[in-house]
Amino acid sequence: MTADHGLPAGLVTRPGTSAVYQTAGWRTEIPRFLLAACNGCDRCVAFCPEGIVVRLGKNRYGFDHDYCKGCGICAKECPVDDIVMEVEVR
Amino acid sequence: MSQTLVEEAEVVHAPERAEHLIAPGHRACAGCGLLVGARLAADAAGGNVVVTNATGCLEVVTTAFPGSAWRVPWIHSVFGNAAAVASGVKAALRASGRDDIPVIAQAGDGGTADIGMQALSGMLERGDDVLFVLYDNEGYMNTGVQRSGLTPTDAATTTTPAGRLSEGNPHLKKDLLAIVLAHRPVYAATATLAYHKDLQGKMGRAIAARGPRFLHVLVPCPLGWRFKSESTIEVSRLAVLSNLFPLVEYRGGILDKVKRIGAPVPVDDYLRAQDRFKHLFRDERGEVEREFLQSIADENARRLGLPVYRPAA
Amino acid sequence: MRVMEGSEAIAEAVRVAVPKVIAAYPITPQTHVVEDLAKYVADGRLDAEFLTVESEHSAASAVLGASAAGVRTFTATSSQGLLYMSEVVCAIAGMRLPVVMTLANRAISAPLSIWNDHQDSMMLRDSGWVQIFAQTAQEAHDLHLVAYRVAEDTRVQLPVMVCVDGFVLTHAFEPVEPLTEADAAALLPPYEPEVRLDPADPMTFGAYAEPSVYTEARYEVHDAMRVAGDVLTEALDAFAARTGRRYDPWFDRYRMEGAEVALIAMGTSAQTAQLVVDDLRAEGVSAGLIALRTFRPFPAERLAEDLATVERLVVLDRSVSLGAGGIVAGEVRAALHAAGAPTRVIGVIAGLGGRDVSRETIRKAFEAEADGWVDLKHELVGSER
Repeated sequence: MTADHGLPAGLVTRPGTSAVYQTAGWRTEIPRFLLAACNGCDRCVAFCPEGIVVRLGKNRYGFDHDYCKGCGICAKECPVDDIVMEVEVR
Repeated sequence: MSQTLVEEAEVVHAPERAEHLIAPGHRACAGCGLLVGARLAADAAGGNVVVTNATGCLEVVTTAFPGSAWRVPWIHSVFGNAAAVASGVKAALRASGRDDIPVIAQAGDGGTADIGMQALSGMLERGDDVLFVLYDNEGYMNTGVQRSGLTPTDAATTTTPAGRLSEGNPHLKKDLLAIVLAHRPVYAATATLAYHKDLQGKMGRAIAARGPRFLHVLVPCPLGWRFKSESTIEVSRLAVLSNLFPLVEYRGGILDKVKRIGAPVPVDDYLRAQDRFKHLFRDERGEVEREFLQSIADENARRLGLPVYRPAA
Repeated sequence: MRVMEGSEAIAEAVRVAVPKVIAAYPITPQTHVVEDLAKYVADGRLDAEFLTVESEHSAASAVLGASAAGVRTFTATSSQGLLYMSEVVCAIAGMRLPVVMTLANRAISAPLSIWNDHQDSMMLRDSGWVQIFAQTAQEAHDLHLVAYRVAEDTRVQLPVMVCVDGFVLTHAFEPVEPLTEADAAALLPPYEPEVRLDPADPMTFGAYAEPSVYTEARYEVHDAMRVAGDVLTEALDAFAARTGRRYDPWFDRYRMEGAEVALIAMGTSAQTAQLVVDDLRAEGVSAGLIALRTFRPFPAERLAEDLATVERLVVLDRSVSLGAGGIVAGEVRAALHAAGAPTRVIGVIAGLGGRDVSRETIRKAFEAEADGWVDLKHELVGSER
C-alpha cells in the first residue's frame, strides 16, 4: 500500500461536484410543462428538491433532464395544472 | 396515469443548470422535503457564509466523496456537534478578521434536540454569533425512520411501531422552541416549505442579525411519513393549516409575528395524508389519540391568537 | 529561568505559540493549564478567542471547526474528558487538522480516579494523533511549541497530543527556562493552510467515504504518522540549535552502554528511574534506561535496534489493556519479535490511578523475572493470566 492515491488530505472535496452523478435514471415518470396556462408563479422552481426547474422566460419554464427524479412535486403544486406527469418510456 | 410517449418537442430541456447553492446529483429521495428546505434556505442566505452540518440525511446525501453538492464552504464531523463546530468556526473567523461572514449550523431533529441538544444549548447560552437551522423531519430518517425527541405523538416509526398493543410513538414532541426561547436568542422562528417566501424571508432576516439565532424548518419526508413523493409540499401546508405547526417569529425571546392562515383544517386531514398515522383510523383508541392531537393544535391556536378549528355543525 | 508550576510552563509555551482559538472544559488535573491561559487572555497577554464550552465533546468540536477555518487552536483535557470527546478526536485526525492538545494523563473510571496514570492517552493511541510524553516541566514547555511545528507542517497535517503526568508534572514546581516570543517566531512559522473554510474558495470538509476509498484515506493518515517522525526529528534539531536543549525524537538512552538489563519507562517515572539506574550501577549491575518520548508513531525498529544486545528488558507500564496486559510491553514485544531480537521482555504494571512509582517500585521492576502488577507494598504480584 502506498500513500499516493491522489486523495486530498482529509478528503476535502470541491464544490458542486455532485453534479457528475446524473440522477435521471431514478425516475419512472417525467413532467411535461404544457406552457399553456402558466402564470409565472415560480412555485415549480421553488419546490423542486433537485433545484433543476428553470425559469426560461415570462411564463416559460423547463427542467434539466439529467437530474429530474420524477417526484411529481412540480406537477402537484402548479396552481394552474400546467404540468403533468407521464410515464417515461426509455 | 396515461401511457403517453414523451414528445420531445413539448419538453423544454433546460439549456443551463440553475445555479443554486446546492447542486443537483445529490442522493436525496425523490420528493425529499429536506432538500427543498435546505436549498431555499441556502439560496436565501447566499454564498458569503460558512456552514457546519451534523451527520444525517442532509449530510449523507450531499457529500459522498468525491462529489459534494455544496457550493458554499461546508463542514461535517460528527452527529451531535454542529452547534459547537459552528461556535469554533465563528471564533476563528473573528480571530482572523473575517467576522463579516455569517456561520450557519444545520442539523436534523436528532442532531438538534437529542444528541445535539447539549451543543445547541451551549451555543445559545454563550450568546455565540451562530444561526442554527433545524431541518425537522420528525425522526432519524437516514438510519431507517427511528423515533426521535421531535417525533410527534402516535407517529409510527420503526422503533415506535403501531401494533396490537401500540398506537405508535407514546412520547410527546419536545417543545424545542420553548427550550430555545429560554436561552433568549436574538431571533427564533418556525417555517416550512409550502410558505417558501416566508421561509426565505425568515432566513434572510436571521442571516442579517447577529448573535445566537434559531430557525426551525418542518420538512416532510415521503419515505418516513409515508406519502407519495408528489405530496411533500401539500403535507407541509396541512401541518400549518391544522395549527400543529404554527409559523411564528420571535425577537429577543418575545413573540413578534404569527403567520395568519385562512380557515384552519382539522388535524385529521393532516393525519390522513400520511400513512405513519394510518393506524389511528382503525378503532376507538385511535379516535381518542386523534382527539388528543387535535387538542394540541387547538392549544397552539389559542396561545397564538389563531382561529381554532370548529367542525361544521 | 524561573520556578513555575508544570501547568504554567505549558500555558506559557502555548501563549508564545499564539493559538487564535482555545476551547476547553475543566477536568482535574488539566485545570490550571486552561485557567492560566484564561488569565493571559483576560490580561491581554494572549490575543485569542477563549470559548468556555459546555463539554469536552464541544471543546474538541470547537477547535475542529476553528482549525478547519484556518487558525491555530488549542485544547486540553484528561481521562473522562478525553473519552467523552473521543469521536471528535478521531475526526480531527481523519480530517487532518493540526490541533494541539495537552493531555494531563489521568486514570480512567470506573472506579473514578483523578490521579495519574497513562490509561487515558492509551485509549486514544489508535486515533491518528501523534503522542509525545514529557518528563519534566521544561520538556512539557518545549514540546508544546514543537508540537505546533510538527502538526502544521504540510507534510504531516496531523493533530498532536502532548502527554504530561497529571499532578506529578502538572502541579509540581520546577525551574523552567521559558521560550520567548522571539524563539517562537524563529521556530514556528505562521499557520497558513492551503485549504480552509472560506467563501472565497468554498470547499467541503468531512465528506463520507465509500468502501472504494476509505482504506486509502486511512492509509494516508498512517503514512503521515511515519512522516511526522521525520518532521519531529527536524524540528527538534532546529529546537536544539536555537535553545541548546536537545531532545531525542524517539527516546532517551540513560547509561545504556553495555546494559544487560534495561527498563523502558514513559513520562515522569523515567526521571525517577534514572536514580534507580545510578543505584544499580553503583552496585555493579549493568542497568540502563530507555525513556520513551514518542509513543505514536511507535519507534518499533529503532527500539529493536537499540535493545538487540540487552538480555532482559523490563517495560514499566502505567496502563493496562484489561484482558491482555501492559500496553507498552505489548508493543515492545511485537517490535522485538518483528526484528527477531532474542531479548526477554517482562511487563510490569505500576502506578495506576496515582499509585506512586517510587524508587522502590522501580527497583523491584528491574529485578522482575516475570510479568506482574505492583501492589501498595511495592511487591510485584504475578497476574493470573
